[in-house]
Amino acid sequence: MGNAINSGDTAWVLVSCALVLMMTPGLAFFYGGMVRRKNVLSTLTLSFVFMALIGVQWVLFGYSLAFGDSIGGFIGGLNYLGFSGVGAAPNPNYAKTIPQGLFAAFQMMFAVITPALITGAFVERVRFKSFLIFSVIWATVVYDPLCHWVWGKGGWLGAMGALDFAGGTVVHIAAGFSALAFALAIGPRKGFGKNPIEPHNIPLTILGAGLLWVGWFGFNAGSALAANGVAVNALLTTNTSAASAGLVWMVLSWLDGRPSPLGLVTGMVVGLAAVTPASGFVTPMAAMVIGAVAAPLSYYGIRFRDKRQLDESLDVWACHGLASTWGMIATGLFATTEVNAAGANGLFYGHPGQLGIQLLAIVATMAFTFGVTFLVAKLLDLSIGLRVTTMEEEVGLDISGHGERAYS
Amino acid sequence: MLKKIEAIIREDKLSDVKDALHEIGIVGLNVFEIRGHGRQGGITLAGRSGTYQVDMLTKIQVNIILSEHNLDETIDAILKSAYTGESGDGLIFVSPIEEVIRIRTGERGHEAVMYPGDIDERKSRGVTKSSES
Repeated sequence: MGNAINSGDTAWVLVSCALVLMMTPGLAFFYGGMVRRKNVLSTLTLSFVFMALIGVQWVLFGYSLAFGDSIGGFIGGLNYLGFSGVGAAPNPNYAKTIPQGLFAAFQMMFAVITPALITGAFVERVRFKSFLIFSVIWATVVYDPLCHWVWGKGGWLGAMGALDFAGGTVVHIAAGFSALAFALAIGPRKGFGKNPIEPHNIPLTILGAGLLWVGWFGFNAGSALAANGVAVNALLTTNTSAASAGLVWMVLSWLDGRPSPLGLVTGMVVGLAAVTPASGFVTPMAAMVIGAVAAPLSYYGIRFRDKRQLDESLDVWACHGLASTWGMIATGLFATTEVNAAGANGLFYGHPGQLGIQLLAIVATMAFTFGVTFLVAKLLDLSIGLRVTTMEEEVGLDISGHGERAYS
Repeated sequence: MLKKIEAIIREDKLSDVKDALHEIGIVGLNVFEIRGHGRQGGITLAGRSGTYQVDMLTKIQVNIILSEHNLDETIDAILKSAYTGESGDGLIFVSPIEEVIRIRTGERGHEAVMYPGDIDERKSRGVTKSSES
């Protein structure tokens, strides 16, 4: 088995693994800039803590639940508990030319950032202890099974032929719709809708968006799990979609007033989220369309959310959920085996059935992640409480929750 | 008799006001960054999606303690240098001060607010604005 390892593939996935790890700090700063100064440390911590939390959970049992021997297509078995047997030898079910340990590490970084994405829904008011309990439960009963459905050997959605190159369902729709459910369960921040809650440091957000874009090359191009043409295509589609979405968002914002820097970088991230499921299956020109359509979808998604007076605070649903829903649909339209022989053709390449499969994967992901998240969040709210007290919220979570302040 | 001027001015007018005060010989002043609004109300900022209103604007407050006989000249300098004609130019408040004590010397009252080369010293030397610069 050891002979099958390709050093080029292994080197690229090692680098990609580091790039995807960097996205979690990137996301932390992306979010941290958008909250008020009294909650910036809390917001950074909500993301950062997953590098520790999932860094342990994944090794203990997370990887096994996602990628262990399938139990009915719904969840992985316990055969990789504690990373047993996960080492230098490749696992031909997932990647024939790199060590399974590397595949598991690369996947760990996805498991780390996905729950971190959700935190945008409940910043500035969540009780840290309840959040930690929620996160362990969510990673175990939502992320790991869903990951198995789509990417695990024998997972039911993957077996059905659903195409999700780098996590449109597993990462972005899951995070977006879980965020929506959690926001409904926890309720709005004090004063939401009455006084504007201004971002306290937009440069931090712009810095975070930059780190996210760089990291996304590892996220999408690394998902080829090899240093090959599919990886290069994924890198090109990723860049193209981010670029076109950023441009369109900037124009929309300009037409409404001024070309907002926060809007520009939000558009870029939306383009990245949208192209994620499609990146290894579509051409760069298709990616340009994907980004250009994703931008207005999320832009007006934010507006819609705001009109409904729903405090899904940092728009995880609009930016990741909606964008990647479109990205999954677009995969069913634009996918072509000319780009990736291991993929499939979409509607525009003579295979309308693929669109149906994509829609099923979308609906299943939305229903599962929204439903379970709402249930878990509600149960926690009724038992130990999801929110801090009004006084703690007014003081700010940095001091009241963590005993530190960002700017002394 | 000592007076306090609290001038609330535009953020971007601070250097003009500072220069104008310096020119007439006002040496000591304190500057605060404050937030608030008056008749101007607020401004519209670009947001993530569309715009939003902010009603707390950043303004600058300049505090000056001075002798009453210099008051009119100083107010005049602020009025000229802080003026744009648009709403949001600000306000000037004047109030009496009971006492001023310089910590280093123990000087009180008028003596405590005098500086070398300040407005009073210039007047006593008969220095005009133009001959000074």
